[in-house]
Amino acid sequence: MTVTEFIVSRLNYWIYIILMMIGLFAMISKKNLIKKLIGMSIFQTAIILFYVSLGVKEGSNIPILEHSVSHAAEHGEIIRAEDYANPLPHVLMLTAIVVGVATLGVGLAIVQKIHKEFGTIEEPEILAKIESGDG
Amino acid sequence: MIWQFDLIILGLLIVAAVLSLRSTDLLSATMIFGVYSFLMCLLWAEMAAVDVAFTEAAVGAGASTMFLVSTVYNTTRKSSD
Repeated sequence: MTVTEFIVSRLNYWIYIILMMIGLFAMISKKNLIKKLIGMSIFQTAIILFYVSLGVKEGSNIPILEHSVSHAAEHGEIIRAEDYANPLPHVLMLTAIVVGVATLGVGLAIVQKIHKEFGTIEEPEILAKIESGDG
Repeated sequence: MIWQFDLIILGLLIVAAVLSLRSTDLLSATMIFGVYSFLMCLLWAEMAAVDVAFTEAAVGAGASTMFLVSTVYNTTRKSSD
C-alpha cells in the first residue's frame, strides 16, 4: 500500500481528526463566547462525521428497499446486505444532531444572560469585571 | 460514495471551518458556519445517509443558524479574535 493510497482510502478519518482539533482549539483559545460555541458545534459535527463514515460500504446504495421482502421472494430476487449502507450509525447520529442543537441553544441563552449582566461577551473583560466586584 | 466528490466537499469543509473561526465580524462568522452545515449535509447525502442529511439541513443549518443570528442581534456583532 502506497502513501497516497493510505491517505485517500481513509480520507474521511483524517479530515475528522483535523476538524475535531480545529473545534477543540477554538473552544480553548478563542476569547469570544459565541466563537467558543461555534467551535463546540464544529467538534460535534466532526464526531458525527466519524460515526457516519463507519457505515459506508464501497458501491453501496441508500438503505431503503425498493420492493417488499415478499415481492422479492416471489420474483426470485436476493436482498444482499452489502448492497446497502449500514443504517445503524445513521440512526444513532440522528439523536446526536438534535442533542447538539439543544446544547448550542442552551449555551447561546447563557451568553445572552451574561451579556445582560456584564455588558460584554469577551471572556477577559467578564473576568476583570468579576475581579473588580461590579456586575 | 464517489471519492472525487468526497475530496472536494472535505476540502471546502476545512476552509469553511477555519474562515468561520477567523472572522472578526460575528454575523459573517455565523453565515460561514451555515455554509459549513450545508456542506456537512451534502457530505451525508453523498455517503448514503439521507435521513441524517435532511435532519442536518433542517435542524443544523436552519435552526442553529437562526439561534446564532438572534444571539448576535441581541448582544454585539464585534469580536476581538
